[in-house]
Amino acid sequence: MINFVIRRIGIAIPTLLILIAISFFLMHAAPGGPFNSERGVPPEVLANLNAKYGLDQPLIVQLWNYIWDIITKFDFGPSMVFKTRTVNDIIAQGFPVTFTYGTWSFVVAVVVGVSLGVAAAVNHNSWLDYIAVGISIGAQVLPNFVLAPILVLIFTLGLHWLPGGGWNGGHWPYPVMPIIALSTSFMASIARITRSSMLEVLHSNFIRTARAKGLPKNTVIWKHAFKPSLLPVISYLAPAFVGMITGSVVVDVYFSTGGMGQLFVASATSRDYSTMMGITILYGVLTIVFNMLADILYAWIDPKIRL
Amino acid sequence: MAIADQKVQEFSERLVTAEEIKGRSLWQDASRRFFRNKAAFASLIVLTLVVLFTFVGPYFAVWSNEEIDWSVLGQVPTKGVPSFESGHFFGTDDLGRDLYSRVIQGTQISLLVGIIGAGIAVLVGTFYGAVAGYFGGRIDSAMMRTVDILLAIPYMFILILLLMVFGRSVLMLFVGIGLVSWLGMARIVRGQTLSIKNKEFVEAALVTGVHPFTIIFRHIVPNLLGVVAVYATLLVPEMILTESFISFLGLGVQEPNTSWGALISQGASTIQYGTLWQLLFPLFFFVISLFSFYFIGDGLRDALDPKDR
Repeated sequence: MINFVIRRIGIAIPTLLILIAISFFLMHAAPGGPFNSERGVPPEVLANLNAKYGLDQPLIVQLWNYIWDIITKFDFGPSMVFKTRTVNDIIAQGFPVTFTYGTWSFVVAVVVGVSLGVAAAVNHNSWLDYIAVGISIGAQVLPNFVLAPILVLIFTLGLHWLPGGGWNGGHWPYPVMPIIALSTSFMASIARITRSSMLEVLHSNFIRTARAKGLPKNTVIWKHAFKPSLLPVISYLAPAFVGMITGSVVVDVYFSTGGMGQLFVASATSRDYSTMMGITILYGVLTIVFNMLADILYAWIDPKIRL
Repeated sequence: MAIADQKVQEFSERLVTAEEIKGRSLWQDASRRFFRNKAAFASLIVLTLVVLFTFVGPYFAVWSNEEIDWSVLGQVPTKGVPSFESGHFFGTDDLGRDLYSRVIQGTQISLLVGIIGAGIAVLVGTFYGAVAGYFGGRIDSAMMRTVDILLAIPYMFILILLLMVFGRSVLMLFVGIGLVSWLGMARIVRGQTLSIKNKEFVEAALVTGVHPFTIIFRHIVPNLLGVVAVYATLLVPEMILTESFISFLGLGVQEPNTSWGALISQGASTIQYGTLWQLLFPLFFFVISLFSFYFIGDGLRDALDPKDR
C-alpha cells in the first residue's frame, strides 16, 4: 500500500511540473511583453521594470523563481492587466464562489445519482427504472452549455421561479440553477453506473444466499449489496471531478456568478496571461491531487486493483 | 431414366452455384449486424442527411453568412423571424445575419473539427499504442507513463491558453485538439496489442524473420481496426463537444467563421428577447448529430464485438 502511494505521488509530481512548464513557456511564446502597452517609456525605465519583475533573467531562472514562489509562498505573481492586483487577489475573489456551488453540485450528483441508480436497480424494469435510464441517456448528450440555456428558458423565462443569473453572495435561490446545470450530467452518469453495478451485484451468489437465509429485503440491499456496488462509482469520482472543474467554467460564464471560470475567460479575452496561467495551474493542482486521492482510495478499498 | 437424368442435372447445377457461395468475413458479418440495428441505421441516415445538407444547403441560400440584412437590424425579434419570403429560412441572428447560412457553416466547421480530431487520434494513437504494446518492457512503460502524465493535465485550459497565445484560428484548434485526442486511443490500442502479440500468427511472422514494424503494420494493426473504428466514432462527438465548449465561451473559432458552440452561445444569450429560433436551429443540428454519433458508435461496438457471434 505504501509502495503504491509513493509510486502514485511519483507520477503526480512530474505531471505538475510539466503542467507548470507548459503553461510558462506558452506564456512566454506570446508576442509582446507585459509592459509593451505603456507608451513612451524610456528604455531605462523599461529595464528597471523588467528588473523589478525579474524579467531580465534567463527563462529557466524565471521558471524556477515562478515555481519556487508558488511552492513556498503560494504566490502566482502580479496580474498583467489589472496593475494594482495580483493573481492571488483575483483567485481569492473567484474561488469561493466556484468552490461553494461546485461542492454542492458534487454532493447533489453523488447523492441523487446513487439513490436514483439504486432505486432503478431494485425496481428493475419498472417505470422508475425506465425514467432513470431515460434521464441518464438524455443527460449524457446534453452538455451543460446546452442545459443551462434550457434551464433558464424553463425556470426563469417560462415559470419565473428562479433567477437566471447572478450570485448575490450565494443566498437562496441564486445558486440553485448553477448547481442543477453543473450536476445533472454527472448525476446521470453516476445513476447509470450505480444501476448497472447494483444489478450485477444483486444477481451474484452471496446475495442469493442472503435472500435464501430469509433476510429482509432492506437488509439485503443496504447491508450486503450496497457497498460492493459502489466500487465503480468511486472510480468514476475522479473523472467527474475533473469534468465538473471544466464544466464550472461554462456555468460561471453563463450565469455570471463571478466565479473562477468567468475570471478565466475574462483574463483570456484581455490576454492577461499571468492570471490565465495562475488559474490553469490551480485547476491543474486540484485535478492532479484529486485524481491521486481517488486512485489511493480505490486501491485501499479494493486491493485487487493496483496500477 | 429421364427422371434420374433430370436429378443429376439439378445436382450439377447446384454444385456450380455452390462454388460461388462465399464465406462471410468478419466485416461482412459486422455490417449485416450493424444494419439490423435500427437505432444505428437510422442514425447513419440522419448523419448522412446532415452532411448532405452542408453540401447542398448553400445552393439554396439567399444570403451569405457574412451579409447583414440592414432592413432587419434593430427589429430582429419581429422582422428576423424564420420565413421563406425574406430568404431567411432559419431567421436572422442578433446582427441581422442569415442564420441558415451560418448554421450550415457552423455545422461544416464542427463536423470537420470532430472528424479531423478523430483522424489524428486514429493515426497517431494507433501507431503509438501499437509500438508501445508490441515492444513492451522499458519502451512500453516509458511511453505509457508519458501518456498517463499528459492525460492527467487539464487539457481544456492548456488548449485555451494555446489558442490565446498563438491566435484563435481553425487551424490552431485542429492542432490543439489533435495534440490531446490521441492519448485515449493510444491506451486502448496498446491494451489490444498486448493480447494480439502473443497469438500464433505473430509468432509465425517473428520466426520467419519479418521486420518488427512490418509485423506491427501488416499483422497487428489490421486486427485492431474494429476497436479503433468503434473508439474513433465515439471520439468524434467528444471532439465536437470540446470545440463547442471553447466556442461557447467565445474563445474558439473567430468571426465570421462560426461553429455549433458559438451559435448556441449567441442564441442562448438572446433568449430573453423572444428570438428562440436563434437557439433552437443550431441546437437541433447539434443534438441530432451528437445522438447519431453515439448510436453509430454503439451499433459498431455491438456489430464488431466477436463475443456476440
